[in-house]
Amino acid sequence: MTEPTTAAPASTGAALEMHAVRKVYTSGDAEIVAVDHADLTVAQGEIVALLGPSGSGKTTLLSIAGGLLAPTSGTVVVGGVDISNHSPKELTEFRRTKVGFVFQSVNLVPFLTAEENLLVVNEMAGSKATMSRKAARTRAAELLGELGLAHRTGNLPGQLSGGERQRVAIGRALFNSPALVLFDEPTSALDTTIGAQVMDLIQHEMRSRGTAAVIVTHDTRMTHYADRTVTIVDGHLGADLAATGH
Amino acid sequence: MGLALRELRRRPSRFTVATIVLTFLTVLLLLLGGLLDGLFLGSTGAIRAQPADVIVYSSNARDSFLRSRIDDTLRATVESVDGVDTVGGVGVLLLGADPADGGDIVNVAVIGYEQPAVGVPEPAAPGSAWADDSLRDLGVRTGDTLLVGPARSPIEVAGFVTDTNFLQQSGLWVDLPTWRSTQNANRPDSFVTDDVVQVLAVRGSGDLAAAIDAATGGATSTLTRDEAVYALPGVTEQESTFNAIIYSTLLVVLAVVGLFFSLLTLERTALYGVLKAIGASTRRLFAGVVVQAVVVAVIAFIAGSVLALAAGAALPANVPLQLTVGRFLFTFVALVVAAVLGSAISLRRVTRIDPASAIGSAS
Repeated sequence: MTEPTTAAPASTGAALEMHAVRKVYTSGDAEIVAVDHADLTVAQGEIVALLGPSGSGKTTLLSIAGGLLAPTSGTVVVGGVDISNHSPKELTEFRRTKVGFVFQSVNLVPFLTAEENLLVVNEMAGSKATMSRKAARTRAAELLGELGLAHRTGNLPGQLSGGERQRVAIGRALFNSPALVLFDEPTSALDTTIGAQVMDLIQHEMRSRGTAAVIVTHDTRMTHYADRTVTIVDGHLGADLAATGH
Repeated sequence: MGLALRELRRRPSRFTVATIVLTFLTVLLLLLGGLLDGLFLGSTGAIRAQPADVIVYSSNARDSFLRSRIDDTLRATVESVDGVDTVGGVGVLLLGADPADGGDIVNVAVIGYEQPAVGVPEPAAPGSAWADDSLRDLGVRTGDTLLVGPARSPIEVAGFVTDTNFLQQSGLWVDLPTWRSTQNANRPDSFVTDDVVQVLAVRGSGDLAAAIDAATGGATSTLTRDEAVYALPGVTEQESTFNAIIYSTLLVVLAVVGLFFSLLTLERTALYGVLKAIGASTRRLFAGVVVQAVVVAVIAFIAGSVLALAAGAALPANVPLQLTVGRFLFTFVALVVAAVLGSAISLRRVTRIDPASAIGSAS
């Protein structure tokens, strides 16, 4: 049996370091501990599956890692930047530039084309945009080409299949070349075949870019795409099940 | 902003209902404003045209042209006041008039004057008048003779002038002797002698009103020209009534915009959650809502203006509708301000959207 651990394999640096992270919600007089003293390190380029049942705290942990939620206590360092005490404004900037998200239900902007759904990341930056409009369009075209969507750039999400939509979402997450991409149940809305194709693609894209990823799932069939799997139950991080990436 | 504009362009049907409602409200605002302006301009033209800083009434007239009488003695006192530059006598007589060649009776205000008024030249020859454009709209032409009042006093139209009516009656600008003879022939109960006018239009400098009333020992009541406009019967009441309706309508505009964009924001909660999660600021998202509200308001204003102009053209000439550039500007600014304020109701909702809502049920 593998020794329980949530530490990353030796690497030159960590894409994500969470130390003693705790998240407590209050409901009336009661306190609900969603995440309890979690320590998690994800190395650069590493793919980690976060496995747990509904209500286990995996989504909360992912939200804290992505700067969507502030921890009640503990430290969160992403790409060398400690975001534990970031203001909401700083977290907005952090999310725009340092991490990528792929959501459960895809959530593309329905009235934007595939290309524009990628460009929206640059548009949201306004005057702080790091790319010119031309450079952003080139970047979007490259990404869509790599994701096999070169012929779909002008299509609206409604004209794309579920798998294609998820690929556009992956392109959006990768647009700013983040050090860390967070996936929330990326295949739950897809059938098994398409889901496997999308996971293959995720694995390939992360590996080829050396981008770290945390993939939240409750489907054990998806864990073999990860370098290792971390379980979470009742807010407690458990064992590293295995280094199973293929 | 680009996102908001693209949504407007690609999903126009989402904004159709709000645009249609705002278009009809724009038509209502313009027609109400146009009627107010028409009534105001039609009532006050003769006073606004006076080349005067102040209008001097006899003190017993309670600021009414028709009741006021000023004789030569009182006029001389006024002329001697320091700061007074020019003094001109004015008299007004409200009567009906028949075109000599038949046709319907028209309501006229026979206005006797001495000094050229704004847009009105020197008095025409005795027995002749400069007629207001509104008479031309009723079929009167230069050279026509109008038979005025029960005495059927003949006044020949020498030409036309603009915006010179008095209490909704078409101005007929004549010299003072013609006014007096018409007054005495048709209103023998209000006979005026050759040295009498109703009011004085005075131009000068300093605190004219106080100086004149002091010099006449209280025999006069002097108002600025603007005060004289609002002293006309019904003008203040008309304006306050119409403005109450116009501002109430603007509140409805604000409520429509507020409700519509609140509902739209509610519908977009998930989308805004995702956009916030990927780095959109509340300020940027809210700016998008405001931009959409303003664009909808501008489109509604353009469509509403076209409809209002069409309605104005279709209305009979006796409806006192005046669609002025100023009214269009006021309505445009009011609509845009209402759109911004209405959309601001969504700010709290946009602010409260939690970016964490984009992921599972973490929030």
